[in-house]
Amino acid sequence: MNAADRQAAGLPPASPEGLSETVDLAAEYREAGIGEVLEGLDRELVGLVPVKRRVREIAALLLVDRARRRIGLATEPPSLHMSFTGNPGTGKTTVALRIAQILQRLGYVRRGHVVAVTRDDLVGQYIGHTAPKTKEVLKRAMGGVLFIDEAYYLYRPENEKDYGQEAIEILLQVMENQRDDLVVVLAGYADRMERFFESNPGLKSRIAHHIDFPDYSDGELGEIAGKMLAQWNYRFDAAARRAFDEYITLRRPLPHFANARSVRNALDRMRLRQALRLFEAGATVDAEALTTLTEADVRSSRHFRPAPALSVINAAEAAT
Amino acid sequence: MRITQGAFSFLPDLTDAQISKQVEYCLAQGWAVSIEYTDDPHPRNTYWSMWGNPMFDLADPAGVMVELTECRAAYPQYYIRVNAFDSTHGWETMRMSFLVNRPTEEPGFRLVRQESEGRVVRYTLESYAVARGPEGQRYTA
Repeated sequence: MNAADRQAAGLPPASPEGLSETVDLAAEYREAGIGEVLEGLDRELVGLVPVKRRVREIAALLLVDRARRRIGLATEPPSLHMSFTGNPGTGKTTVALRIAQILQRLGYVRRGHVVAVTRDDLVGQYIGHTAPKTKEVLKRAMGGVLFIDEAYYLYRPENEKDYGQEAIEILLQVMENQRDDLVVVLAGYADRMERFFESNPGLKSRIAHHIDFPDYSDGELGEIAGKMLAQWNYRFDAAARRAFDEYITLRRPLPHFANARSVRNALDRMRLRQALRLFEAGATVDAEALTTLTEADVRSSRHFRPAPALSVINAAEAAT
Repeated sequence: MRITQGAFSFLPDLTDAQISKQVEYCLAQGWAVSIEYTDDPHPRNTYWSMWGNPMFDLADPAGVMVELTECRAAYPQYYIRVNAFDSTHGWETMRMSFLVNRPTEEPGFRLVRQESEGRVVRYTLESYAVARGPEGQRYTA
């Protein structure tokens, strides 16, 4: 569009640099199809408000960056490596999958697949084993996202001969030199990740986005349980729902509580109990009975029994 | 004499972008891509040295290109080829193979004629480069 056309169209004169082109961000947003991914994130993931906001921010940054490049504004390609910190079962892997989709739709990674690994996949057992192993994983992840769960295990300061350091060095090299090919997401507990980054400043400086995943509240966990059951074509009846809320409050302070993962495991056990109940009742069942988890299925969890009483019950059961 | 082995060998040498596209095709077919090199280009020399393991489970050609770059840096004056192996039942074989690197100077082959009983003549091909020296000293820039 030249200056005369601009005036005719009632547009302001082009900027002094001569960058006359305009980019319709809303149209870009629609075309990239990241709206659906972000909506899916909002709809399907319960809670995680700060995380969703960060993902939205990153998506906006990438969209704007792409628009800038399109009209020829020089721009440093954004660093996309991320660290996800939070307790187990707070949705780190799920969000990584969504981010991979967003990156792929905006053209920052070519395939958008996620390769999830832990220390065992990267670090070898003897001299000369680590480098090929790490490289193989990196090659598999190229074009997508490499998700390293419990990344701090890579670094073992107590053993100076540990091969983890070698893996970290290869990782760093690829993170720096092949930013177009690979996005690395490091995940783990917040405090341990912090210590890990302190001892590996090179890694910290190459990670632009630190996202903290808060624990779910009891209400959110109840909602998650409802969604999971709906996915599997199950549901709680009203009393079971109340019992499950109680279950969550009882379960949370116990060791190995892993947020949504604990909910999932609890639901799996409740399905088992429901199946056994229906089986033992032996009567004909309808869809209603097959899909409903009752209060009894929930309340027979051992967390509802006081610990000392457990042995008494077992003894009583053994006696009968 | 330009060696013509494998696919595309009568075309001008593929650029890296073109190699990447071909590898992308191989990966889309579910084939495992591997890289091999040699300095004995005799057509009967089917067993070339492997550059690392075959790469299974790749999603993107970038991984192959990384290895290719490293292989070229280590063996700039060797023949390097990319193979794609199809592991599906009934195939279990190479489905595609093409050269991605060749020495700057390729002296070609000498035709050796061996006179035998009666009027029989046995022909054999001998690479000038292989006659020139042992492995590793055959092609020098």
